[in-house]
Amino acid sequence: MFKIVHKRFLNESVCLMDIQAPFIAKKAQPGQFIIFRIDEMGERIPLTIADYDREMGTVTIIYQIVGKSTKHLSELNEGDTILDFVGPLGVPTHVDEEAKSVCVIGGGVGCAIAYPQAKSLFNKGLDVTVIAGFRNKDIVILEDEFKAVSSKFIITTDDGSYGVKGFVTTALQELIESGKKFDEVIAIGPVPMMKFVCDVTKKYDIKTTVSLNPIMIDGTGMCGGCRVTVDGQIKYACVDGPDFDGHKVNFEELTKRNSTYREQEHDCRMLNQAKNI
Amino acid sequence: MANMSLKKVPMPEQKPEVRARNFEEVTLGYSKAMAEEEAGRCLNCKNKPCVNGCPVGVRIPEFIEKIKEGNLDEAYDVIKSTNGLPAVCGRVCPQEHQCEGKCVRGIKGEPVGIGRLERFVADYAMEKGKSNSDKPAHNGHKVAVVGAGPAGLTCAGDLARKGYSVTVFEAFHVAGGVLMYGIPEFRLPKSIVQKEITSLKELGVEIMTDMVIGKVLSLDEIMDMGYEAIFVGSGAGLPNFMGIEGESLIGVCSANEYLTRINLMKGYLDEYDTPVLKSKSVAVVGGGNVAMDAARSAMRMGAEHVYIVYRRSEDELPARKEEVHHAKDEGIEFMLLTNPVKINSDENGRAKSMECVKMELGEPDASGRRRPVEIKGSNFDLEVDTVIMSIGTSPNPLIRKTTTGIEANKRGCLVVDEDMMTTREGIYAGGDAVTGAATVILAMGAGKKAAASIDTYITSK
Repeated sequence: MFKIVHKRFLNESVCLMDIQAPFIAKKAQPGQFIIFRIDEMGERIPLTIADYDREMGTVTIIYQIVGKSTKHLSELNEGDTILDFVGPLGVPTHVDEEAKSVCVIGGGVGCAIAYPQAKSLFNKGLDVTVIAGFRNKDIVILEDEFKAVSSKFIITTDDGSYGVKGFVTTALQELIESGKKFDEVIAIGPVPMMKFVCDVTKKYDIKTTVSLNPIMIDGTGMCGGCRVTVDGQIKYACVDGPDFDGHKVNFEELTKRNSTYREQEHDCRMLNQAKNI
Repeated sequence: MANMSLKKVPMPEQKPEVRARNFEEVTLGYSKAMAEEEAGRCLNCKNKPCVNGCPVGVRIPEFIEKIKEGNLDEAYDVIKSTNGLPAVCGRVCPQEHQCEGKCVRGIKGEPVGIGRLERFVADYAMEKGKSNSDKPAHNGHKVAVVGAGPAGLTCAGDLARKGYSVTVFEAFHVAGGVLMYGIPEFRLPKSIVQKEITSLKELGVEIMTDMVIGKVLSLDEIMDMGYEAIFVGSGAGLPNFMGIEGESLIGVCSANEYLTRINLMKGYLDEYDTPVLKSKSVAVVGGGNVAMDAARSAMRMGAEHVYIVYRRSEDELPARKEEVHHAKDEGIEFMLLTNPVKINSDENGRAKSMECVKMELGEPDASGRRRPVEIKGSNFDLEVDTVIMSIGTSPNPLIRKTTTGIEANKRGCLVVDEDMMTTREGIYAGGDAVTGAATVILAMGAGKKAAASIDTYITSK
């Protein structure tokens, strides 16, 4: 059993939790993920680690409420426990030792995973630019946290209600064209966002790392459900990733594969809404 | 006077048309009278060929004699003294290639139904709540086991019985390995697996789930925690794919994924949250036990057509005979001497059909089986919305990638010496992690052998 020691909502649909998991907290690195299962009936859900505290023995997760399991998790409170919490899984993010200037891009709840990347690179003394994109002002998260770990921080909103109007790619392109040099870009967010960022960076030949979020069960290479095509080869996101060279990922296939259970997911949401009425 | 019937006492089972749509156990088990009648067929031979055929050396004629005498408690003790998981073995061992394959009665007629009798005794003991596990006195030594599958559990049980303090680290949220995630409920009820595991816990074995060794702890860190030896039974869980076009389409998955969703995550029950593919027409590629399990599960999930697509002929099917027989009875359609070429997509990226080619058998290959060769121009499309790849698995690389000094062969199997020790002193391995995908009982045999070696290693230190 794993105890929820801290909980707070970052916006209406994004929740942060610190989970007591000392073994994982001791080993976790940016880019790695955990899998949780709330109770006996629950699914196994992978989430990238947002932060960790080795001394307190806690691991931070930040998630958007999108389906039954995340909804259920968000209804639990400090002091409650969840049944399973496994990790740290996957390969930690690798940034070239030579890199001096890195742009970390987060989209929506993806910012939760972009944050530990920015923090780790900033603490290593790199020049870190952060671009965080949201649909609108109401769902902006982690603003203060990002400011503390970046030399330049830009917020974009689709509707212009906060920060720069437009997408993260607009801001990225402007920075590059104004002469800003990046040795590497790390992009974490919805699949279309990561794809568009890669389209931009490819033009300028900037190495781009993306963090993928395919469907998976075990997270140890056993089911093959999370397979993605990278550079024409089948890779398992759970053991070979979840980070990959964004210029080589087949995003179209990933988008399709992520819709495998859309029908069941929809039915499940409807059923839950009906129960709550 | 022995019962000279040429046939085994038939096993009661659910009717095919009923069981093909439910997940309850297919075979119902012998009654006491049936078991006694079948036990009567054993000649109690002097040289006991059946025992030589058993990877864990169950003293078969001895336990069968106890059944004849009506002394089931003692029969159980005989089995349990060399086999930690009898209720499992009685159900899933390939007896036709092992004990029963060597039975003298099999020369003329059917061999003694050893598996059925083993199951009967084990189920009797379970029902009675008979526990054979007096907790032995602790001998002051600690051993770690990685992986709570058949190899790891057997090794842990044998060491615990010798007084070792044993901790088993399991990556999944429940112990049992392939017995839980792979073999379906209708062939091996999960409550039976869990009862066997409970009896190990009563012996003092500690099981830590949710621990992915190689990630959360390395083998070196486990050694630093005061364990004097480690047994690695991490299995062969990595699914193979064919490398044909269309394998990434929606509706194509590994048998591991399909079975894990159904068995471990109980996706077949409404109250569990894990989704399973909804299929009308399913092709399972492969001819082993796992392929049969996947096909029969798909039928139970409500598919209208389920095909086994296998490139060799019926004689070469690697599955247990009983599984093939059950699958056929349940309406699984066998497309033998047939090989997939590519999987075709609909406009949404979902599988809509699988192009196959007919095969014929040519000259024998390295395995001694006749090599299947394509018949040119015999290609045809099989209409399916789901394709389940069941063409074997490879050992999981997590341990060897994260431990220095452990050697593996080209196929990724850990290299061990005749005592099951890897190339690192004090670290032993066995089961599928060493052999590549094999059977439950061979893994158990390996776990047993490793336990004996570990005991010798520690006591002679």
